[in-house]
Amino acid sequence: MALLTVDDLSVRFTKRSGGLFSRTLGTVSAVDGVSFSIARGETLGLVGESGSGKTSLGLAVLRGIKPSSGRVVLHPGETDLDITALGKRDLRRARRHMQMIFQDPYSSLNPRMTVREILSEPLIAGPWSRPHLSRADLEATVAATAIRCGLSVDQLRRFPHAFSGGQRQRIAIARALVLNPALVVCDEPISSLDVSIQAQILNLLSDLQQSLGLTYLFIAHDLAAVAYICNRVAVMYLGKIVEIGSTRQVYYTPRHPYTEALMSAVPEPDPDAPRRPILLEGERPDPATPPSGCRFRTRCRFATNLCATELPPLREVEPGHAVACHHADRLTLRGALDLRNAAAEPAR
Amino acid sequence: MHDMNRPPVITVRDLSISLETDHSAIAITERVSFEIGRGEVLALVGESGSGKSVTALALMQLLSGRLKVAGGEILFRSQDGYSADIVGLGARGKAIEAIRGARMGMIFQEPMSSFSPVHTIGAQIAEVVTVHEAVGRREARRRAAELLGKVGIPDPVGALDRYPYEFSGGMRQRAMIARALVCGPDLLIADEPTTALDVTIQGQILDLLRKLRDELGMAILFITHDLGIVAQMADRVAIMYAGSIVETGNVREIFHTPGHPYTRALLDAVPRLGDIDERRRINPIAGSMPNVFEPPTGCRFHPRCPVAVLPRCSAERPPTFGSGGRLIECVHGEAELAR
Repeated sequence: MALLTVDDLSVRFTKRSGGLFSRTLGTVSAVDGVSFSIARGETLGLVGESGSGKTSLGLAVLRGIKPSSGRVVLHPGETDLDITALGKRDLRRARRHMQMIFQDPYSSLNPRMTVREILSEPLIAGPWSRPHLSRADLEATVAATAIRCGLSVDQLRRFPHAFSGGQRQRIAIARALVLNPALVVCDEPISSLDVSIQAQILNLLSDLQQSLGLTYLFIAHDLAAVAYICNRVAVMYLGKIVEIGSTRQVYYTPRHPYTEALMSAVPEPDPDAPRRPILLEGERPDPATPPSGCRFRTRCRFATNLCATELPPLREVEPGHAVACHHADRLTLRGALDLRNAAAEPAR
Repeated sequence: MHDMNRPPVITVRDLSISLETDHSAIAITERVSFEIGRGEVLALVGESGSGKSVTALALMQLLSGRLKVAGGEILFRSQDGYSADIVGLGARGKAIEAIRGARMGMIFQEPMSSFSPVHTIGAQIAEVVTVHEAVGRREARRRAAELLGKVGIPDPVGALDRYPYEFSGGMRQRAMIARALVCGPDLLIADEPTTALDVTIQGQILDLLRKLRDELGMAILFITHDLGIVAQMADRVAIMYAGSIVETGNVREIFHTPGHPYTRALLDAVPRLGDIDERRRINPIAGSMPNVFEPPTGCRFHPRCPVAVLPRCSAERPPTFGSGGRLIECVHGEAELAR
């Protein structure tokens, strides 16, 4: 059963001119009519390049920013929580079920608080804390969460500056987990860490998922890390999901030309892997003035007149695999593994 | 590939860089040695704090503040027969200025902060030419436009009069490459040039650098922490850990028969696209990078090393085994080379 259902979610930002008499210059659709669901215990990867709207989507799911339209429904227990419709007080109450881990553990931890204070704060501050937790219970919960995340009880009295980047990210993970949430949104949780530390955090996240039955929305641009940790993957381009399916479907048998280009551009750590990236022409258009029709058409090698006039809907092409491309049925695209098999036709 | 019979463009021998404090000097890099031949790409690989960027800065005498070259030499030989020990030239004066930006070019990670926001792209590239060569403004502008065209900027003549903010990240990185190459350098130093870029743009830039290397034949020192990029770009690889090069080899040796425990651990720690089927579990390297102010004794990697021989590895610096382009600094190095 789905833990999270997102239906036709949009996030629009208003662009204003500066100064006293500021005028609205237009709107930017950071997220435009996105729908998906995540099953309990599953990890959905959200990939796409900068400006594709992944972070806005992650925040909107938690109502860290208010969506312009659409619905987000969380099913943590018996009752459904319509996150988009909750009032202030109920939203605060709902927050214990959904937590976030940020990219930069250097700016996401308060330098003036000890690790113990950082981990205790969510238990004390929320409306769920009344009636008060006993001091002993609080202490026990904090210690157990810290240990689970690979920190020691001795470290609880220290301040964040005493920790390396990887350890700080462990603290950030512990803070997210101390309330025992159902859903954790991980926004680029490893991209600011060193290679040797990234692996520690990836394994920690996957172990915690196993033991606690967590559900992750995993936002990242590192496609190999996403392949490692995610069951399903959604690919975003200019605020829209262009392809969604199981990791294996999206990586090995992509049906959208953008996904194909993305997969082909990942440099594999193997000097004998053939280099045949499908190099996209040009750069991502300005999200404030997206192209008509399919948003990818300006860089797509298969684009036709139809693509300029009609927005392709996200439609299922095989069970669990949906693509937003008019020509998905007639295209033969290469997946991540095809690039290793040198036999195929030469790249354009 | 590098022609072994011709002298390398750059030979770095036992380069040590230290941070001078009021009372003492802290070693940032220790006895770093490598060479790069004409048309060759050497990848200098390491995690943050390994000393790879300061090594690159030292090659151009760009160390700032209290960072000083404490020992070693940097022999630079250009195509036209010019040669010099960069360390001996000092950070100021005509001699180093004639090399910096002309015979050696450098590109950085952040293309926005490497351009002046108040001058046009064309003026900033043409300036490099007029500073180093006795040419007029018109000729310098022509050269700037030629290079902008070469790096794939559409309408290069029009681009001359545009400002950096009008360029996207990928275009700015192309402009920075144009500026680094406008005087035809023998060595290009690329310090994480694609880290700030999207993966599809990264692909374009790597492709461009490969093409320019083939066309212009310069040597490239490519600094990165991304093993995928190393595999795609490098002819040879030097792996750096906590201030020392622990292993050097050609790219296939490093990826297929890594000899240093750190290199092996690094390769085991990266997820790969083929893992979805195999469900391989990546192996993180335990612990974290050592603090430069309190480095471990003996081999710097020994506290995290799965095959450390104690107390030997904690007591003394490991010997270096191998010769020529294949070196391993580890007590097990000899056995690894024999395998």
